Amino acid sequence: MAGIVRYGSYVPFFRLSRKLIGAGKGERAVASFDEDSVSMAVEAGREALRGAPNVDTLLFATTSPPYAEKLNGATIHAALQLPGKVRSLDLGTSSRMGLGALLAALDVAAAGKRALVCAGDVVIGAPGGGRESASGDGAAAFVTGPDSESAAVLIGSASSTVEILDVWRLPEDRFAKSWEERFGADTLAPLVADTCARALADAKVQPSELTAVIADAANARAVAGLGKGLKLRPEQLADPLGESVGRTGVAHSLLQLARALDGAKPGDRILVLSLADGCDAAVFEVTSRIAAARPKHSVDAWIASKRGDVAYNTYLKWRGILPFEPPRRPDPERPAAPPMARHSSWKLGFVGSRCAACGTGHLPPQRVCVKCSAVDQMRDDDFAEKRCKIATYTLDHLAYSLNPPTVAGVIDYEGGGRVTCEVTDVDPAAVKIGDELEMTFRRLYTGQGVHNYFWKARPRR
Amino acid sequence: MASRGICDRVAIVGMGCTSFGEHWNKGADDMLVESTQDAFKSANVAKDQVDAYWLGTMGSGVSGLMLSEALKIDYKPVTRLENMCATGSEAIRNAAYAVASGAYDLVMAVGVEKLKDSGFSGLVTGSVPDDGTRPSLTAPAMFSLLAPAYAKKYGVDEGTLKDVISRIAWKNHVNGAKNPKAQFKKEVPIEQIKASPKVAGMFGVFDCSGVSDGSAAAILCRAEDAHKYTDKPIFIKALSFAAGPAEGNFSQDYDFTTFQEVVASANEAYKQAGITNPREQISMAEVHDCFTATELVLMEDMGFSPRGTAWKDVMAGRFDGNGAQPVNPDGGLKSFGHPIGASGLRMMYEMWLQLRGEAGPRQIESPKFGLTHNLGGQPGRCVSFVSIVGV
Repeated sequence: MAGIVRYGSYVPFFRLSRKLIGAGKGERAVASFDEDSVSMAVEAGREALRGAPNVDTLLFATTSPPYAEKLNGATIHAALQLPGKVRSLDLGTSSRMGLGALLAALDVAAAGKRALVCAGDVVIGAPGGGRESASGDGAAAFVTGPDSESAAVLIGSASSTVEILDVWRLPEDRFAKSWEERFGADTLAPLVADTCARALADAKVQPSELTAVIADAANARAVAGLGKGLKLRPEQLADPLGESVGRTGVAHSLLQLARALDGAKPGDRILVLSLADGCDAAVFEVTSRIAAARPKHSVDAWIASKRGDVAYNTYLKWRGILPFEPPRRPDPERPAAPPMARHSSWKLGFVGSRCAACGTGHLPPQRVCVKCSAVDQMRDDDFAEKRCKIATYTLDHLAYSLNPPTVAGVIDYEGGGRVTCEVTDVDPAAVKIGDELEMTFRRLYTGQGVHNYFWKARPRR
Repeated sequence: MASRGICDRVAIVGMGCTSFGEHWNKGADDMLVESTQDAFKSANVAKDQVDAYWLGTMGSGVSGLMLSEALKIDYKPVTRLENMCATGSEAIRNAAYAVASGAYDLVMAVGVEKLKDSGFSGLVTGSVPDDGTRPSLTAPAMFSLLAPAYAKKYGVDEGTLKDVISRIAWKNHVNGAKNPKAQFKKEVPIEQIKASPKVAGMFGVFDCSGVSDGSAAAILCRAEDAHKYTDKPIFIKALSFAAGPAEGNFSQDYDFTTFQEVVASANEAYKQAGITNPREQISMAEVHDCFTATELVLMEDMGFSPRGTAWKDVMAGRFDGNGAQPVNPDGGLKSFGHPIGASGLRMMYEMWLQLRGEAGPRQIESPKFGLTHNLGGQPGRCVSFVSIVGV
């Protein structure tokens, strides 16, 4: 048997109001211009890994991979500073792959190893369509391991696969298409009922004994009758986060599972299912380790920490849908492969160096100490989790940015060390010297077909 | 080991300078021909008399061939050098050492930059393939960090500081208006300066130096030979240069109200020239006013104003063209323009004119010591050059 040892979630800072696009109530979460499925998965992964034991396998699920060829999980692996011997897999092409990856990770755990699952998606839809407004961007992460370490044990599961043309997208297309919704709903609803029944039988749990039921589906209509079918009380059905976040693709079943765990008590039983091209269902029983397994941020904390005034044309520009007048500055240049490889732990892990002779911190890492000139007496020092604040800052109206003005800060770290970097997820008018910040992993830009990932600072969320 | 300087051992005996500006119809080679021909004429020498050349350009070309091809130099040494925005001054410094050493009798230092062919706003520098983690801030953004830090440290409210930096821009435009070679030959009302479109931090467009094309050149020889070429040579009293460990990038002690490299290079230059009280002894200075707040901080780093008081000296007009200690009498980078490789030589060109009494409406009364200061990089991580010249 196996279970969830640690977990984490991530919802980006920005929201697009549906009122703004004439699409009903609430808002959708919007990845900033400097975020993608990988960077958000790193943020969720950081949350899950704090205090977690070492993992043997990394699974990354997304339907919006930054690279079509090149292991996206390897970037996550480097940013999370996982050991080189870790096995990595990318899963994608169906929004069911989030829960699918978790079930695979639980199989890894059942085999006596530990796995980290990261799922992240930036879901875009054609402008004006339902997929654009109903979707959201976000990520979730889970560490799986043995029963003896678990905060939630997998007590039952079931799966099914079906070939159906319900939601699909060609590799060269930006936007997914869907068949008439009722066709998928009518065809898939019996599959949902069957898969749930098998999972509950496997878990030896009655529907009435469930604390939370999470029904995530690419075709929402297909799971609309589940509550009635299982004779669930309304309070058993989890909030699908439609009004506050939107459906976050592969991440969504896991984001809701994370939220259920945020509020769970020992003994609670949670059913989570994900429907797309078939159905996966899992039943978890929460253990007394849940309190110690919780991440720094709950899903509700992420949801509450937001800026809701993104203009629609800004959103379209961020997603590359709307062409715009570029500044009269050179296009950003792609980073080069050899220096990226040489400086991987700095670039992706934000690991600086500290002088063993005098204690001075250096970002980026140096060989010669700036204070005492000691040569090659440095040790690695991880700055990604250190407390930091703004020593001084400026607003750069001239620099190339998809969200001008660029806010640049000189950032000082507790215990020594300084870096000059961009400050993101921030209101330029509200920045002040002395503001407390934290580091966040971002995609700075894409230049000449190469994504440039690095770290920025953001106000504490 | 010691840094001794070459006080009074080297003279400048001829100079030339093109007008600075947007020279759509001139390439770097054209401007090199113009500045060097002016310099040859000014020293009454022919090209063949010059034994060696130092060419400064940050990125408008590579190698000594850039100059030797343009001028058709017959098989003489031409060194191309680069030290960011201090490139032009480096050409002077290295050429001066070459004659001081006795290796050559007559040498030329020339600087050039062709910035306006790029089609971009502001300064664009060539990049080395890297890991993509360096901050991609523009120059105005990096230098804009000075203003709020200065205001905070010395208890000057930001509105007053905006007045101070605007007055620096105003002053440099007043000076540039009297200079036929300046890029911007126009006075600008202070209200227009203050209201100019934002570029970075407290800086508007008028807080930034002019992006321009231009070239300037100097001919140098040993002091004892100077009067062979001109009745009015000027003499090098000090040449200093400082490149630091980029401490401000790493250390939380750095507070963005000074350039440690400038302090080091200024102190070294004063030592070489025997200057003990720069506020009183330096008659005039051309300093690296890449941005208005840079000039403010430089006044303190140079020792022209005690710490925390330069803003008052600026407002009192001390550094005006007719003030007690004129700074950037030719309009500075702000209004003469800043073609990178040429700027250090352009600063020296103003010293040449002023010390010879040839500065026309800008002429300062009987100057004794003139100072040029050239800086490359950014606050916390830069190179700095200081020269002192006199008659």
